[in-house]
Amino acid sequence: MGSRSSHAARIPDVDSIQRETGFSQASLLRLYHRFRALDRNEKGYLSRVDLQEIGALAVNPLGDRIIDSFFPDGSLQLDFPGFVRVLAHFRPVDVEDHGNQDPQEPEPLNSRMNKLRFAFQLYDLDRDGKISRHEMLQVLRLMVGVQVTEEQLESIADRTVQEADEDGDGAVSFLEFAKSLEKMNIEQKMSIRILK
Amino acid sequence: MDSAELAGKIVYTWLTLVLGFILLPSAFGVSLGISELYMKILVKTLEWATLRIEKGVSKESVLKSSASVGIIQRDESPMEKGLSGLRGRDFELSDVFYFSKKGLQAIVEDEVTQRFSSEELVSWNLLTRTNVNFQYISPKLTMVWVLGVIVRYCVLLPLRVTLAFIGISFLVIGTTLVGQLPESSLKNQLSELVHLTCCRICVRALSGTIHYHNKQYRPQKGGICVANHTSPIDVLILTTDGCYAMVGQVHGGLMGIIQRAMVKACPHVWFERSEMKDRHLVTKRLREHIADKKKLPILIFPEGTCINNTSVMMFKKGSFEIGGTIYPVAIKYNPQFGDAFWNSSKYNMVSYLLRMMTSWAIVCDVWYMPPMTREEGEDAVQFANRVKSAIAIQGGLTELPWDGGLKRAKVKDTFKEEQQKNYSKMIVGNGSLNLELD
Repeated sequence: MGSRSSHAARIPDVDSIQRETGFSQASLLRLYHRFRALDRNEKGYLSRVDLQEIGALAVNPLGDRIIDSFFPDGSLQLDFPGFVRVLAHFRPVDVEDHGNQDPQEPEPLNSRMNKLRFAFQLYDLDRDGKISRHEMLQVLRLMVGVQVTEEQLESIADRTVQEADEDGDGAVSFLEFAKSLEKMNIEQKMSIRILK
Repeated sequence: MDSAELAGKIVYTWLTLVLGFILLPSAFGVSLGISELYMKILVKTLEWATLRIEKGVSKESVLKSSASVGIIQRDESPMEKGLSGLRGRDFELSDVFYFSKKGLQAIVEDEVTQRFSSEELVSWNLLTRTNVNFQYISPKLTMVWVLGVIVRYCVLLPLRVTLAFIGISFLVIGTTLVGQLPESSLKNQLSELVHLTCCRICVRALSGTIHYHNKQYRPQKGGICVANHTSPIDVLILTTDGCYAMVGQVHGGLMGIIQRAMVKACPHVWFERSEMKDRHLVTKRLREHIADKKKLPILIFPEGTCINNTSVMMFKKGSFEIGGTIYPVAIKYNPQFGDAFWNSSKYNMVSYLLRMMTSWAIVCDVWYMPPMTREEGEDAVQFANRVKSAIAIQGGLTELPWDGGLKRAKVKDTFKEEQQKNYSKMIVGNGSLNLELD
């Protein structure tokens, strides 16, 4: 049987995960329980199928892309550090983070740039650092399903690429992507606050 | 006296006490007030424990005001607001944020998975198993907890096991005996008496306290009783107040013996495993049963699986296609005294029953509701949803459209298509595009 312990010590490598992601111990504990709950067969890791079984994710038009972002480089198993690493992108930005920013240390995972990178890789399927017109079309098709005709979609894709593309290479690089969204309140749109 | 005699004497006294104080009153449906007294003491103790925990809690951590608050701050803004635009505005690169945020929210916390684990309590009820967030508070509290463990495992558990044993044996023997009688109203009366007595004994074996509301709507003969499902104990709870015909698969072992004995005394509907797959056969037999107005109402749990009593999931339409009058019943357990939810993937039946018997008590409310019938032009699915809403509202449970058997079936694509439709409407409008302005 076993009662759930409230000790964060049960999580392996909890200190290094905490440093890397910036989550509090309480949040990490919550996420660990969630990880265990999703791991239905108690394998110790998550597979694609485990995530696909979440109803609300399966009906999300970008559901498959989001699941892909948890399994980079074709891996098939998702362990807890990997799980939390992706979720860390959505940690709300605290004012304190910037105050203690050590220039030597790498950027925290939930910085504006890293949040943008997460969104970018939802578009950039072949990971070549650019969103081509074709990739733009694919994402659009996922989001609209069969409701919109091919021509309409192509026009939308063309217009979007044109607007963002500054160096005229017909594709949107990460910097162009970031520039076109510089006025957007990314921190609010891409943050999930864990209570307690 | 040597030890064998002593042991014999103890067992004898024990059994007489049990007989006198528990069995006989249950046979006559009379209550001696012992359980009420126990409950009063229990409630006072738990209140005291809660106060001590609140005093002991440090400033940084705060008790959640509601146990059903999620772990993340949910952004439930509809698609229009989330995409910060009016209808007819164009696609933006940032639209992908809305979907990815919703997707990640679902990964961290979704409505369905949490329904298959026990409800978290607002304050600790002195059971180890619910001690999730509450750390060591004070020596006094620990002492009370230790006392509680001793009471539960050394006093209550043997008592309850004895009662359960007696209850089940009496049921099997009683129904077999009654089954020998020829068909007559006497037989039905006796069979009712046997059923009711055994159920009352079994409920006392769990220290159950049940409040029945609206008894005037109790299910009548020839109808179908429909209730939300939390555990196998639901059946006990309902049959203590009335006799039902049960529907289910034939099992082997102890359950099989009980089933075969019960069916001798009054007609239950048991199916072989192979017959369960044939839905027409099932529907036909159930129709035949309710057509006979003298037969007891059928008891069905349309969710098909145990949910953790905080919500009601999709009702399978099969039970609502049979016709006849539906009597909805809402069952809500009070989690403070014991967690009744059966997590069948985590615990098997025996460890589940042991957990039940080492909890404080099982306290629940049962609401009988006015009968419902299918209306003109309503199909089985709509009817099922109507009944489901009524039960959810009455029991104070949330309503979910998902199928409790989600782990076995894929989610329907219609949900996804709906989202895609909404989004398309936003960026394309009613077929006209805003591109001409370029």
